[in-house]
Amino acid sequence: MVDFHDLLGLVNYWVVIVLMMAGFYVVIAQGNLIKKIVGLNIFQVSVFVFYISMAKIEGGSAPILNDAIEVYSNPLPHVLILTAIVVGVATTALALALVVRINAAYGTIEEDEIQAIEHEEEDVSC
Amino acid sequence: MLTSDPWLLLLVVVPLMAAPVCVILRHATAAWVIAMAVSWAIFGIALKLLFQVLDQGEVFYRIGGWDAPWGIEYRLDTLGAFVVIIIATIGAVVVPYAKKSVESEVSKERIYLFYAMLLLCLSGLLGITVTGDAFNLFVFLEISSLSSYVLISLGQDRRALTAAYRYLIMGTIGATFYIIGVGLMYQMTGSLNIADLTTIMPAVADTRTVLAALAFLTVGISLKLALFPLHMWLPNAYTFAPSAVTAFLAATATKVSLYVLLRIFFTVFGEVDIFATFPIQPVLIGMALAGMFLASLSAIWQENLKRMMAYSSVAQIGYMVLGVALATEAGLAGGIIHLFNHALVKGTAFLAIGAIVYSSGAVTLKELHGIGHRMPWLMAAFIVAGLGLIGVPLTAGFVSKWQLVTATLEADMWPLAALILLSSLLAVVYVWRIFEVAYLRHPHPVPPPGKKLPLSMLIPTWILALASIYFGTHATFTLDIAHTAARQLMGGM
Repeated sequence: MVDFHDLLGLVNYWVVIVLMMAGFYVVIAQGNLIKKIVGLNIFQVSVFVFYISMAKIEGGSAPILNDAIEVYSNPLPHVLILTAIVVGVATTALALALVVRINAAYGTIEEDEIQAIEHEEEDVSC
Repeated sequence: MLTSDPWLLLLVVVPLMAAPVCVILRHATAAWVIAMAVSWAIFGIALKLLFQVLDQGEVFYRIGGWDAPWGIEYRLDTLGAFVVIIIATIGAVVVPYAKKSVESEVSKERIYLFYAMLLLCLSGLLGITVTGDAFNLFVFLEISSLSSYVLISLGQDRRALTAAYRYLIMGTIGATFYIIGVGLMYQMTGSLNIADLTTIMPAVADTRTVLAALAFLTVGISLKLALFPLHMWLPNAYTFAPSAVTAFLAATATKVSLYVLLRIFFTVFGEVDIFATFPIQPVLIGMALAGMFLASLSAIWQENLKRMMAYSSVAQIGYMVLGVALATEAGLAGGIIHLFNHALVKGTAFLAIGAIVYSSGAVTLKELHGIGHRMPWLMAAFIVAGLGLIGVPLTAGFVSKWQLVTATLEADMWPLAALILLSSLLAVVYVWRIFEVAYLRHPHPVPPPGKKLPLSMLIPTWILALASIYFGTHATFTLDIAHTAARQLMGGM
């Protein structure tokens, strides 16, 4: 018998795992370079959700120095994930810039077509 | 004894601040001058810190004056100081070399950006080594990775773009795995400070969360380390990046990843016997051996010199990981000393290849017939590096292989010792291929005389080549450091 509380209480973590696996799968399975980046983003977002979830305490308030507040959520993971989001944005921007350049150089952003072009080049140069 | 020293901070801040200055100036030569000044200043600071650590023990610096588990702390022990000196040396050698090499390989209006990225990469790599905070380490990991993606994409061939893209995808997955691991650890311990984690870890080590964290950290770092079979990004990235970048990254980036792996296994999990509870050892040894043999075999079949050396790098990473996987003091010392020696040897090899590319534009074996007669000094340096890769006595490579073989024998794993020697024979084959082409074949038809090789490229190559001979014949100093670092990692002071 599945514990109902575990199933619902851990809903954030289920979401994290689903997003993580979905993102990871897209990165591996998609041949389109843009879609790969989308997958990578989903993968990273799952980690953001993970960090944010683990800091939240049931009934906890924002961490304000006030006598009325006794239980508060841990602000540190939230701050950490702000940094990770910035890193994620930078990565995405760089990846997209690379795709623009790849498109200009190869005329396609499909991985299999690029590989075919590269193989041809290698055959010629050998 | 711990001493506080603000020089530790300068190691990271100086290149980090110099990079935007290069961008503001928008001038190729000015950017190069800045990069020169910074890389030599860093080399000076690194030397100072190395001797300070060797004399007085660990150095730390608390950022903003916040005490350790709450604030971010920089910390340098013997291992860290040793890795810092590797990065600083390679930086100081590559930047003067880069001037001519980059002028011929990167378009003129992008050169100042090249130096900005090189400085950022330097800053990130040094940051990884000096930081004592697991999340701060991730930030530096991404600073160094993002800048290295850009550096690789600056290569002339359009395949540099796809190589950079693939490295970006793999590198980001690796770094994301790393933060998942850090997050899981934080969940159990409530700390990000590496020294603090060491003391908390034993209490929670048996939980599944921590085991999952360890798995994520190991796989994530192995991706950045290019541990076989997670090395797929490496050969193309090294082949198509500008030559100076290849030399810089090959000698530093993977080494820093190995440093992170050591930190996780032996500092974060230092008080826990993870090798007893988790089958890390057979997995790592298996992958290391597979890398040593399969990557060396791939290297033998390569026609492109850069790609051959790139596969050879994957194989050499295998040796380092093998030393780590033994989890004995001698094994760790072997891995650590090979870190240093391989940086010298592979640095020499890639600088020499860069010089060949500069003067003749050729990188494939069939274009290089008789190159040893046309460029005797340069090829001599390359052959020194090749002998180092094999592990011939009197070169630095011999010292580390000797240490590794001794370590395997001490650990009663003599089949491993035999395999180390066997895989070295594969290195003999690919180095011989280069030697044969360079010295025993005659060019046909005679190629046009190439550009004259500037001394600014030949001298850095020889500095590293001579260093690899020096540390091959006078190994006491480096071996002592490696043993001290290994002893500290294993817990004894």
